[in-house]
Amino acid sequence: MRIAYFPGCTLNTTAKGFDNALRASFAALGAELVELPEWNCCGATFPLLVDNMLDLAAPTRVLLAAQEQGDRLAVACTMCYNVIRRTNNRLRADADALEKLNYFIEAEYRGGVEVLDVLQILRDDVGFEAVQAAVKQPLTGLKVAAYYGCMVLRPPAEVAYDDPENPHALDDLLRALGAEPVEWPHKAECCGAYLAVKSKEATAEMSYRILSSAQRTGAQAVVTNCPLCQFNLDRQQLDMGRRHGGYQPVPVLYFSQLLGVALGLDMADFGWERHYVDVRPLLESLG
Amino acid sequence: MRVKLSAMRVRNELVRRIEELSGQDLLACYQCGKCSAGCPAAFAMDLLPSQVIRLVQLGLVEEVLNAKTPWFCAACQTCYARCPKGVDLSRIMEAIREIALQERGDYLVIEEIPAEELAEFPQLAFISGFRKYTA
Amino acid sequence: MAIAPIQRVLIIGAGIAGMQAALDIANAGYEVVLVEREPSIGGRMAQLSETFPTLDCAQCILTPRTVEVGHHENIRLQTYSTVEAVEGELGDFRVRIRRRAAYVNWDVCTGCGLCQEKCPKKVVSDFERGIGPRKAIYTLSPQAVPNKPVIDREHCIYFERGKCRACEKFCPAGAIDFEQEDALIEERVGAIIVATGYDLYPLSLLGEYGYGEVPDVIDSLAFERLLSASGPTAGQVRRPSDGKEPKEVVFIQCAGSRDPEQHKPYCSKICCMYTAKHAMLYKHKVHDGQAYVFYIDIRSAGKRYEEFVQRAMEEERVLYVRGKVSRVFREDGKVMVWGTDTLSGQSVEVAADLVVLAPAMVPKAGSDVVAELLGLPVDEHGWFTAVEANLQPVETGREGVFLAGAAVGPMDIPETVAQASGAAAKVLSLFARWAGKNEWLNKHETSNNASARWQEDVV
Repeated sequence: MRIAYFPGCTLNTTAKGFDNALRASFAALGAELVELPEWNCCGATFPLLVDNMLDLAAPTRVLLAAQEQGDRLAVACTMCYNVIRRTNNRLRADADALEKLNYFIEAEYRGGVEVLDVLQILRDDVGFEAVQAAVKQPLTGLKVAAYYGCMVLRPPAEVAYDDPENPHALDDLLRALGAEPVEWPHKAECCGAYLAVKSKEATAEMSYRILSSAQRTGAQAVVTNCPLCQFNLDRQQLDMGRRHGGYQPVPVLYFSQLLGVALGLDMADFGWERHYVDVRPLLESLG
Repeated sequence: MRVKLSAMRVRNELVRRIEELSGQDLLACYQCGKCSAGCPAAFAMDLLPSQVIRLVQLGLVEEVLNAKTPWFCAACQTCYARCPKGVDLSRIMEAIREIALQERGDYLVIEEIPAEELAEFPQLAFISGFRKYTA
Repeated sequence: MAIAPIQRVLIIGAGIAGMQAALDIANAGYEVVLVEREPSIGGRMAQLSETFPTLDCAQCILTPRTVEVGHHENIRLQTYSTVEAVEGELGDFRVRIRRRAAYVNWDVCTGCGLCQEKCPKKVVSDFERGIGPRKAIYTLSPQAVPNKPVIDREHCIYFERGKCRACEKFCPAGAIDFEQEDALIEERVGAIIVATGYDLYPLSLLGEYGYGEVPDVIDSLAFERLLSASGPTAGQVRRPSDGKEPKEVVFIQCAGSRDPEQHKPYCSKICCMYTAKHAMLYKHKVHDGQAYVFYIDIRSAGKRYEEFVQRAMEEERVLYVRGKVSRVFREDGKVMVWGTDTLSGQSVEVAADLVVLAPAMVPKAGSDVVAELLGLPVDEHGWFTAVEANLQPVETGREGVFLAGAAVGPMDIPETVAQASGAAAKVLSLFARWAGKNEWLNKHETSNNASARWQEDVV
């Protein structure tokens, strides 16, 4: 299987490890992520004003690029997925908007592309059973808290491919890898997202609520699919001990990293060095 | 201070702009408070999310423009996902931010971000931050 | 006494409750004596403009019923009458009814209305809740059943000064009879239904709301009359003080209800719904108007009721403000309303053109007399009490006496009609047993044990 792939800016830079591990894992599973030959930033957040057509131009160009490659687009970054998928929904439902944007970008996007999250593709196209069968180094005994954030769940009618109040796709994947996902109540609570650039304290508190909930269940790692959540949760922990005495940091991983590890792939370029909370003890415990 | 309610106030220009920009029917909200109950950032806000809608319903837009709350909305859509009346509060927050940004200038100034943070933030944090916090 | 129980029923009150029970029993083939204090039937419902939640024209759905009652050969209608004495027991009540002198011979009156046209004396009409006039000789409305006038002796110029007789002069039928006296009528019935209905709590007791002081503070029934096509403004919303169309209207719920300290502790149950209806109909008539509803809670627990209230908010753009109003007063030609919005924590002020109060419901004046006559218990507020509130809501402690409608407590029209049909069913069940034709009934004990025993003892 080959599928057009949009990594997005962050996976090209700070979250390169997410991207490397993802591509390698997909390849090992017989699914090739074919990066769009040319792409641009999607805008990171879906514009919420009714008349903000301008901000829809960038994601429409991404859809246009995908259209050249086929009728499906795999997106790894959950924020990009949210923006591109919602833009696509709008263009499919609103012929007037489609016409305006096509005029603006001087092209003809026809609305035919299906925008999919990579986890969704793993579940529905590759299949978690196939993933399980391909596991070479099961993550036996690893207690993990699957964390979904917001972007693949809300608004449910527009973006969710999972139960929006009790998502389990990521839990199911981790179980297929041999890990032991914990039940916890904060898997879909917001980490604060872009509030981080202006209100560090608020994001720190939001991250703390999520992380401490995960730790109360005995999770040894938090596993996510969102590069901004990963950054917020990981980075905020550096100062967390100061605010919350006795706080013990916990690694925050991308699911693709654990997928690659379980598939027995070379994990040298999985970006471990970019983590703020040291992941080496965890990796060593996995052998 | 006793606030004067009048047709002119409750249907004032700014109220209409918020409705137009957000595409939301403000009076659809019957103030159950579920948005406030579930908002993960409510602890950092000076007005509860439901109070933001309430003040706009009453035409008291200035109070909302002066409040911190719209800047603490992370557009996580938890409120909208659970709203019994289908009101997309994150769109209303965006409309309020938009009016504030146009009237009062940018909320986020790049020069004010410390260099070490500039170096470590992922792109999407900046891009989304500037989308939300600058005109 | 080896007499057969009497298969006739007395119904006290000919509002929608009494009418419904009367029609159910009359249509089953039994005789009904229907007593009404007012000159014509229809009760409170005849004053209403539209009904919630369907916005049916109240008059349009009521009139076929009043006409049917008026013409029914099994219904003996006694309007302008009160029950004075009741003796006897289940199966054989002896009832004395006083029919007040109307000073009009209804047997010859054709209901042409000329007397009302010619009468020179204008009186403030109770039926119009003080916002419209009637004459000293009057019917409650042009749709009155029976459509026969009465002379209000207190205001009649002839009775006051011995001169005038305009009505008599113009009456083509010669029906005016200034010598007429009250008449006493004896009736014998086997069962009684009490359907005396309700009044509104006197707003003079809520001084802070300015009712009676400020002309543009009116009650909800007056607003019904303002909205009604047959009302004093022909359905135009005009404020009493200067006849102008009000552009800002404040509705205040719970005026006297849910106030255990000062007024009535109970919820009057219908005000949330009719206030939503009022605000909605106001907006239908005054498109650029602004309606505010001050409420404590919104109680809309009926089928399609909540949807109705939400429609008022959403589609009709009525601004609901959560908080009780503290004070209403007049200033610079406006009606100032001091309230609060507890949702935002703001105290608010509205300079209104019109204020409509939703007073608590209270038992109909005179229902205490009926209770006394029949030996029926009432609660601390004067409402009739059922013998068992859960399973016997229309039965009283006195055998053969039943309750229907808002005589029991605050109730809306659908509930009233259902209760009335329930009371009628109880009476018909007695009558069927007394007929003794049904073998099954004779063989089995049923929940109507009382009537079964009565039959054994008496027959």
